[in-house]
Amino acid sequence: MSAELTRLDVTALQAALAGGETSAVEVTRAHLDAIEATDGALNSYLHVDGETALATAAEVDRRRAAGEELGRLAGVPVALKDVVVTDGVPTTSGSRILEGWRPPYDATVAARLKAAGTVLLGKTNMDEFAMGSSTENSAYGPTRNPWDHDRIPGGSSGGSSAAVAGFLAPWAIGTDTGGSIRQPAAVTGLVGHKPTYGSVSRYGLIAFSSSLDQAGPMARTVADAALMHEVIGGHDPRDSTSIDAPAAPYVAAAQQGAQGDLTGTVVGVVRELGGEGHAGGYEPGVLEAFRTGVDQLRALGAEVREVSCPSFDLALAAYYLIAPSEASSNLSRFDGVRYGLRVGDDGSRDLDEVMALTREQGFGPEVKRRIILGTYALSAGYYEAYYGQAQKVRTLIGRDFLTAFGDGVDVLVSPTSPSVAFPIGQRVDDPLAMYAADLCTLPASLAGLPAISVPCGLSEGLPVGLQVMAPALADDRCYRVGAALEAAQDAARGGTFLGQLAARA
Amino acid sequence: MSTDRLLEFDDVVSRYEPVFGLETHVELGTASKMFCGCATTFGAEPNTQTCPVCLALPGALPVANAAAIEATIRIGLALGCRIATWCRFARKNYFYPDIPKGFQTSQYDEPLCTAGHLDVEVDGETYRVEIERVHLEEDTGKNLHVGGATGRIHGADHSLVDFNRAGIPLVEIVTRPVAGVGAKAPEVARAYVAELREILLALGVSEVRMERGNLRCDVNTSLAPTGSLEWGTRTETKNVNSLRSVERSVRYEMRRQAALLDDGERILQETRHFHEDTGSTSAGRSKEEATDYRYFPEPDLVPMAPDTDWVEQLRADLPELPAARRARLREEWGLSDTEMAWLVNAGALGLVSDTVAAGADPADARKWWLGELSRRAKDAGVELGDLAVTPAQVAELTQLVAEGTVNDQLARQVLDGVLAGEGSPRQVVDSRGLAVMGDSDELGAAVDAAIAGAPDVVEKVRGGKTAALGALVGAVMKETRGKADAATVRRMLEERVLGG
Repeated sequence: MSAELTRLDVTALQAALAGGETSAVEVTRAHLDAIEATDGALNSYLHVDGETALATAAEVDRRRAAGEELGRLAGVPVALKDVVVTDGVPTTSGSRILEGWRPPYDATVAARLKAAGTVLLGKTNMDEFAMGSSTENSAYGPTRNPWDHDRIPGGSSGGSSAAVAGFLAPWAIGTDTGGSIRQPAAVTGLVGHKPTYGSVSRYGLIAFSSSLDQAGPMARTVADAALMHEVIGGHDPRDSTSIDAPAAPYVAAAQQGAQGDLTGTVVGVVRELGGEGHAGGYEPGVLEAFRTGVDQLRALGAEVREVSCPSFDLALAAYYLIAPSEASSNLSRFDGVRYGLRVGDDGSRDLDEVMALTREQGFGPEVKRRIILGTYALSAGYYEAYYGQAQKVRTLIGRDFLTAFGDGVDVLVSPTSPSVAFPIGQRVDDPLAMYAADLCTLPASLAGLPAISVPCGLSEGLPVGLQVMAPALADDRCYRVGAALEAAQDAARGGTFLGQLAARA
Repeated sequence: MSTDRLLEFDDVVSRYEPVFGLETHVELGTASKMFCGCATTFGAEPNTQTCPVCLALPGALPVANAAAIEATIRIGLALGCRIATWCRFARKNYFYPDIPKGFQTSQYDEPLCTAGHLDVEVDGETYRVEIERVHLEEDTGKNLHVGGATGRIHGADHSLVDFNRAGIPLVEIVTRPVAGVGAKAPEVARAYVAELREILLALGVSEVRMERGNLRCDVNTSLAPTGSLEWGTRTETKNVNSLRSVERSVRYEMRRQAALLDDGERILQETRHFHEDTGSTSAGRSKEEATDYRYFPEPDLVPMAPDTDWVEQLRADLPELPAARRARLREEWGLSDTEMAWLVNAGALGLVSDTVAAGADPADARKWWLGELSRRAKDAGVELGDLAVTPAQVAELTQLVAEGTVNDQLARQVLDGVLAGEGSPRQVVDSRGLAVMGDSDELGAAVDAAIAGAPDVVEKVRGGKTAALGALVGAVMKETRGKADAATVRRMLEERVLGG
């Protein structure tokens, strides 16, 4: 039973728990055992507190037995990316500078999952401060891809992707600034959704780039992702950028999509994301899997058009000015005064030296690179040329989306990432090659739009993701189209996507 | 401590023209902080009014205080400013332990209020001070340097930070440069801050207690030779925290800069510290090596877009402003400009006005506050408003005099009782037995006793020296310990000595 419990998706787990076929303690123990057995190799978790997890699970079982009211996700284990602040639980954001910090409060996302009755398994590894696409920038060592241990699990939410794909958690929270949910989901064969900016509270997410950061679900099925989104989403008065609108019924949208009828849905294929004249840097196997996916959407009744979004070519440059600029400011609070690391405070150094030493030793090279980039871009005399220009590009990208959606396109699609999981170490010395992994995910990030990555096949035996982008607050379209594709893929394959990985084990 | 050479003020203004400008920071009196729900109580134990937001813990996010935005708009309206229809907060980035986020959330090129003015009066002349902008930001924490002799960072062996103040709403009011006021510059600067303070009090947006740092001024001063077309290099004197200090700092900088210019030296663009004890300034950080604050729009907060109808409603609901109020009261009370100025300078306008509102005659109210009560305050070394007597009590006192229950001398004894916390004037009259004695048997007996006790005086009076009656009056007053009404006593004596 134990190994089977870790292979169930959440919808199945909920049924098994509700039907009394298993208990929250059993489910939790199965995952803790799996972590014990295999996470030494994967390094997907930074912190696991089995005792607390089992106590939480036992409490759920007791309440269930007593007939007390239970949360919607009672007894379902979950993993949180270590960027999510959790009360009393070590939270590092993958950085040395926060080593040992135990927050005194819960992020809204963590609080909502707690209130729904989930069992926190632990905190997952990530690129330091979510800066990276491979999880190699973690101060606590790289995470490995369950499909191939010599390859990256994507990033920055690579601990979450590896844990879920590696059957060490049924689902996990990721965060996405430029693609950090979608790209790791794509390269590990998961569903990952970046919600509309403002639809999930950012309160308690350690900020990387405030105008871009969003938390979202990483799961094995579209329906599970939709379920988690419903639980964590909705207005939060603690986040003033949170949208005060009722959450759409995402699960219903996924269920509707799974019926497999996309008649009347217009799908736009973005030329600038892997289309003709824009395919440089895309692996042929990725493009082939993507086109298969598009063909499947057409076969389900969707009308497929090619759409041009010329400003998307500028997304990478704009992103690497805006995100580092905001990061340079967001990371200023790590000064060694109030919490975390403090270096050199031995009475012989003044304040500036202690702050500088703390940041010198507390931050890794990629974080420093981006702080310097951002500091430069915001400097007097350069602000207009860099930050100002990048904001204009951002406006143009938003307009391209509006034009496309205004022309009757319901969703836009592209490959999620130009490549499959690359070998660990391959791009660490080439930041620009690393940044290219986010090429397809950046436009939706910059425009604040929802986008989901759904598996669409294998290339060289490694997962490929298809991205579905929708207008603001139309996250339900991502779930509907994503679930339709998933159903078609599963039907063609005769099993779930991750079943292929399970079969290898 | 200062070794600055100073030119005599008269010499300065005979050859140089000053320009000054003020940046005034006002801590708003909101119940909670600017971006979180923490309390803002003054004097609480260090770091007890803090939370993840104002301590800048990782992940915490700000939410703007609507009451603070409203107060800022009301200040802008009272200063005749234009109110922005859309504007944003901005981050001002710099490292310092008292600034927990590593940036101050402030406003940069999109302030809430712009282009206003404030007219101030000095020696009967009106001077217009143009307001460049009014914007909203947050206060910093407070550093406490421990182990040094001076409480300053130099010589201290460690520092502590109190974040209770971090995040308290702060409004910055920036004037345009004020030029062409010559020798009046120090007084105009002071009058501006004083008038601004009155406006803030009238609006009820801040307690404006300067000794608590509710209102803090940075004073920019420059000098140029009279007739010069260009302004001189300015210095910025930081944290000038009393009205008197504002005036003194301008005066001091004028005298210091003039001495340098006379010697052909250059004025450094720098910040300077003001020393309350000596009235002098000393060099701080040079602006020429100033930090680049890397301002950019705050992405964690949504823009402010005050609804026009709402702003108009706020404008309509503004209280009567101090200048209008002074004009109205001057008219109502029939005062001259000089009399009004006395009242204002004594800090008694509000007290007198409240006393009148409580039923006193304006002249009586003025007489008490400017006379007896001012003396008492001076003797006690406190502000007039800090005396333990309310305008309502003063009004009651004037009524007791008007109805003849007490005379002026008794009234002063009643005031003693009120100040001693013995209750209302009427209660003190009762408990101390201070009411004037009427034409009563008791008074009659005292009068008879005086007549009997001084037959020689009685002779003189009967002989036509009526002025000698005063001695008998005095004897009766002494006998009754001042409780008798002198006029009544005189009438009774006349009746009994001269036989009416």
